Amino acid sequence: MTIYILRRLAYAILILLGVSFITYLLLYLIPADPARQLAGRSATPETIANIRAQLGLDLPFYQQYFQYLMNLLQGDLGRSYIQRTEVSALIGSRLSASSQLLVWGIGFELLIGISLGVLAALKRNTALDRGLMAFSFVGVSSPHFIASMLFLYLFAVHLEWFPLGGYGTTHHILLPAITLGILGSGWYSRMVRSSMIEALQQDFIRTAHSKGLTRVRVIFRHVLPNAIIPVIPMVGIDIGIFIGGLVVVESVFGWPGLGQLAWQAIQRVDIPVIVGVTMVSAVVIVLANLIADLLVPLVDPRINLEKS
Amino acid sequence: MTLKTRKSLFTSAIASLMFAAYVQAAEPKNGGDIIVTYQNDVATLDPAIGYDWQNWSMIKSLFDGLMDYDPGTTELRLDLAESYKLSEDGKTYTFKLRPGVKFHNGREMKAADVKYSLERTSNPNTKSPGAGFFSPIVGYDAVSQGETTELEGVKVVDDYTVSIELTAPNATFLHVMGLNFASIVPKEEVEKYGEDFGKNPVGTGAYELTDWTLGQKLVFEKNPEYFRSGVPYIDTITFEVGQEPLVALQRLERDEVDIAGDGIPPAKYLQFKNDPRFQDLMVTGDQLHTGYLTLNVTMPPLDNLKVRKAINMAINKDRIVRIINGRATPANQPLPPAMPGYDSDYEGYKFDPEGAKALLAEAGFADGFETELFVMNTDPQPRIAQAMQQDLANIGITANIKSLAQANVIAAGGVQDQAPMVWSGGMAWIADFPDPSNFWGPILGCDGAVPGGWNWAWYCNEELDAKGAKADAMAAADQQEARSELWGEVFTQAMADAPWVPIFNEQRVTVHSKRMGGEDALYVDPVHVPVNYDYIWVK
Repeated sequence: MTIYILRRLAYAILILLGVSFITYLLLYLIPADPARQLAGRSATPETIANIRAQLGLDLPFYQQYFQYLMNLLQGDLGRSYIQRTEVSALIGSRLSASSQLLVWGIGFELLIGISLGVLAALKRNTALDRGLMAFSFVGVSSPHFIASMLFLYLFAVHLEWFPLGGYGTTHHILLPAITLGILGSGWYSRMVRSSMIEALQQDFIRTAHSKGLTRVRVIFRHVLPNAIIPVIPMVGIDIGIFIGGLVVVESVFGWPGLGQLAWQAIQRVDIPVIVGVTMVSAVVIVLANLIADLLVPLVDPRINLEKS
Repeated sequence: MTLKTRKSLFTSAIASLMFAAYVQAAEPKNGGDIIVTYQNDVATLDPAIGYDWQNWSMIKSLFDGLMDYDPGTTELRLDLAESYKLSEDGKTYTFKLRPGVKFHNGREMKAADVKYSLERTSNPNTKSPGAGFFSPIVGYDAVSQGETTELEGVKVVDDYTVSIELTAPNATFLHVMGLNFASIVPKEEVEKYGEDFGKNPVGTGAYELTDWTLGQKLVFEKNPEYFRSGVPYIDTITFEVGQEPLVALQRLERDEVDIAGDGIPPAKYLQFKNDPRFQDLMVTGDQLHTGYLTLNVTMPPLDNLKVRKAINMAINKDRIVRIINGRATPANQPLPPAMPGYDSDYEGYKFDPEGAKALLAEAGFADGFETELFVMNTDPQPRIAQAMQQDLANIGITANIKSLAQANVIAAGGVQDQAPMVWSGGMAWIADFPDPSNFWGPILGCDGAVPGGWNWAWYCNEELDAKGAKADAMAAADQQEARSELWGEVFTQAMADAPWVPIFNEQRVTVHSKRMGGEDALYVDPVHVPVNYDYIWVK
């Protein structure tokens, strides 16, 4: 197990290096000049050149990237070009909000996804099954921006069940979390449905039924624990997609998290912040996948990570 | 007393009461807390650095400079300066400071602070986007080149007197002293916070910052020691950031928000304008803005004057104004109507597609040609570009639209042979200060026609530059009328060369809650953009 973890951590470092390189390269290639942006419209070419030199933007790409990596190793993510403050401070101030929304959102995804998946499997090939699967299809294919605005209008403006965006209480987190939950639940409901159908056909389920166990007991004690195993690594993979959704949902709901920070930074071409948020997101995704993979053998002893 | 008399008295009494109530309502009231929302987090509150329409008036409320403007107008007035004198040669301004003005940290502001502040902004290490405005001051070049940190032309005469020597008489200098970049800051606080001064601003302004929770809110509290008596009226202003503009408007309707700082998204303007719930809450005002299409005079075939004139005649500006739901007036010259020097008799190029076709044929392009039109990629700019594209297609010109992020369009415009045409919407030009010179140098003058510059037409007419310089040297009060006329000539003569197609002068819209008081002009202040927080009040 230790070797497996060490190997995965080594891969993680390589992945993070790759992410940092690609992000840095893409932003380097954008035909926007941060020095010019900082210098403002009244600046002379000399002032712009001076700022470019101060920021090291006149250096070749490999030198800039190497310098960035060196700073990164010391925990220095640089300073925002727009907000002129430490990127680590900006990210730090928003981590808590995003973490809360991540936990609640994934929680709702699982709750809605697993419930609908179980229901669809039990009512296989009925109108309800087809309806639920259509719902999950619509959910995963809906644009986050439109769905968020729609939910906000319906539940906050029209029905007034929730506050109109904002941050601070459980009441504030519910609507963005439910929105994320509904939009992302489709992946889980489809997966749970098929693994439930597969589990329902297993011999041990027939045995459980023949032992005289009630249907509810068979489903919750025997079918669901088996059907739910693929959901755990799925959560690891889903984190990446989920963070992509956070960028839009946080912006619409006024949720002061990393997604909103990323959205503002992209709009203003604030390169250090874009790279910083990308790196932090990459770390979260890599760690989430590692944790999810480590959890699977704990839930299902038949799976041996070392051999796999 | 007859019934009629009684009725009449009763009516008069009601009318008097209503008038009294109106007068009472129109009288500014002290106190109250308000909430202002913005979508983006505030970039910085460092006056040497902040340069966007969101933080501009926030900084004005936290800091003061030597000069300012009468609330809601473009009229200069004294601010931290009690008086000033201009030397006979027109090159030296001597400012007398108000005694007893205190920074938020309790220390008295003195002449040394003025010198320090101007030198800090000029210093290239500060990376101030406004440093270039101080180039008329003697010694600026040495500071900007890093040879020294002291501006030779700025001298502390005594604690309350400072003199500023310019390299040449400059009629715009008092406006420059009214810019945020010339705000007075206390050295000890700047040194204490270093690069984080923008998050911990300390000035002499009407408000002081008491809380800034990154990504969530900023709280401004009334400065009880403010040197102007009676203002500000409001006790606390909370700026909530991260609010989607449409959500902010919904919250405003529910009285949860007092000012929706981002206004109304362009696509929703008409809907809100026609919604009776918002009609009394919307304030519309002119701003010192012109939106224009640049025609790169160095790139063939736009280097041909007849082609540029034909394009000027081909664009239907009325239709473009309709695209933005009438929130602008069509323009025929670079200067906006509210700017001194605007020539109301100038007719410009009339919309005449047939005439444009004929002119194009005369220029040797009877079959038209293919070119590119660069535009910022946020609504409504691409829609405006499409309208221009159709107009150009009508005279045979195929304009391929390049819709890019703001920074990329600016970068393309700053490369001489890259962008044949740029629609300035969302980027340029709103005047930094209400003076025609600010509409010339960076965007039409030779100084701006350099790599990385803002003169995207790459138009350089040295004769007109010289005329502009002559106008700017007319600093004496009795020369101002002649100066405005001279500037007017510069712009109309430039239009003879047709480096731009002036499209429209856009208006600004602010939405506020029912309980907000104060003249409309304060909510669309042309200088304290977007809202003059020091003078508005709660009913």
